[in-house]
Amino acid sequence: MSTKIDARGLSCPQPVLMTLDEIKTGNTNEIEILVDTETSKENVSRSATSQGWEVKNVSEDGDEYTITIKKG
Amino acid sequence: MRLKNIFATRWGIIGVGLFIGVFAALLQKLGNPGNMGVCVACFERDIAGALGLHRAGVVQYIRPAIIGFVLGALIAAYLFKEYRPRLGSAPIVRFVLGAFAMIGALVFLGCPWRAALRLAGGDGNAILGLLGLIFGIWIGTLFLKKGYNLGRAQATHTAAGWVLPVIMLGLLALLIVFPQIEGQDKSGVLFYSLKGPGAMHAPLLVALVIGLAIGFLAQRSRFCTMGAIRDFVLFRQTHLLLGFIALVAAAFVTNLIVGQFHPGFTGQPVAHTMHIWNFAGMTLAGLAFALAGGCPGRQLFLSGEGDGDAAVFVLGMIVGAAFSHNFGLASSPKGVGPYGIEAVIIGLIVCLLIGFTMRKRSNA
Repeated sequence: MSTKIDARGLSCPQPVLMTLDEIKTGNTNEIEILVDTETSKENVSRSATSQGWEVKNVSEDGDEYTITIKKG
Repeated sequence: MRLKNIFATRWGIIGVGLFIGVFAALLQKLGNPGNMGVCVACFERDIAGALGLHRAGVVQYIRPAIIGFVLGALIAAYLFKEYRPRLGSAPIVRFVLGAFAMIGALVFLGCPWRAALRLAGGDGNAILGLLGLIFGIWIGTLFLKKGYNLGRAQATHTAAGWVLPVIMLGLLALLIVFPQIEGQDKSGVLFYSLKGPGAMHAPLLVALVIGLAIGFLAQRSRFCTMGAIRDFVLFRQTHLLLGFIALVAAAFVTNLIVGQFHPGFTGQPVAHTMHIWNFAGMTLAGLAFALAGGCPGRQLFLSGEGDGDAAVFVLGMIVGAAFSHNFGLASSPKGVGPYGIEAVIIGLIVCLLIGFTMRKRSNA
């Protein structure tokens, strides 16, 4: 079951903090994070990887990205 | 999918740090003041002086590097389709944070960029400044952990994101229309320095081109001196930190090669030796940068990407510089200004209040 995080409009480091908080809860194996800048996309992907999670998919819709990360 | 952004890789950020370090040191060789190849706070302060917002005669010059930072980031953002006009994340708070960040930086006499360059030039006082910076950012991370958040920005008109870049183009136009006249402190509407740091600068075109290159590269790599320390303290991530360290190392080696490395505490260029206030000034600046989400350079690069909130922070810094000199808050090589200590204390109280009162769970 995947959890969703909406980090649109939030600047550094909020999207990363929200992602790491969700990872730490241990409630889920898959998280979808919605962001709206390339920087947030890179930062969230990098942090997830550093936690041993893998970036399963990044989809782009206009100015928004949905990053799907999965526990490795 | 787009091409992978090579500048966002580990070697990418290190490369950008090396580039900035080398060219900052070379700007000093080419005429900038000592250990001031690039200093966002000092340069914005000089711009405030050139416009007559303060009348400290020794620090008046429209610094082309600042113009280059914003426009270089704008060019990169457009080329790579990352221009995102946005604003509305507590702009008035960002303005105040910008003003106090500048006030703190001018008590130390430099922003984090110059703290790095001062260290690379052998100025031991920079160690106190950097420790203060780390301490201030650490306080900021405590607030971040407790849910400090200035709220979401909204997408806005393309033209709204252009406001600060257009202001920068306007400053460039003024600099070209009213160039410095030998021996005169005024040219048209602009003020110029006849002595002091404001009178020392690399040739306009050189500073502008290096500024554009740094702006371009920093936009691609997300280079941030505050983020370097924050991400390490908060997440133990070393990505941005490697870029910051690369900057110091490259500037150090370049200084050694061109004969600009002079170790010591006293007699350092544009610096004073009041350790407590070097530390406290940068604590204030570090906290303000952490609460605003970026170092002064990063705020300029974000402004180039269309971030109107970062642009408001920049304007806050310029106004803060005006207050610093009009009110006697800024330090000089003799030491802190007459009201510098009071200003740092008030600034810290304001930043702490912002940190304590502006908590919001971001999904609320």
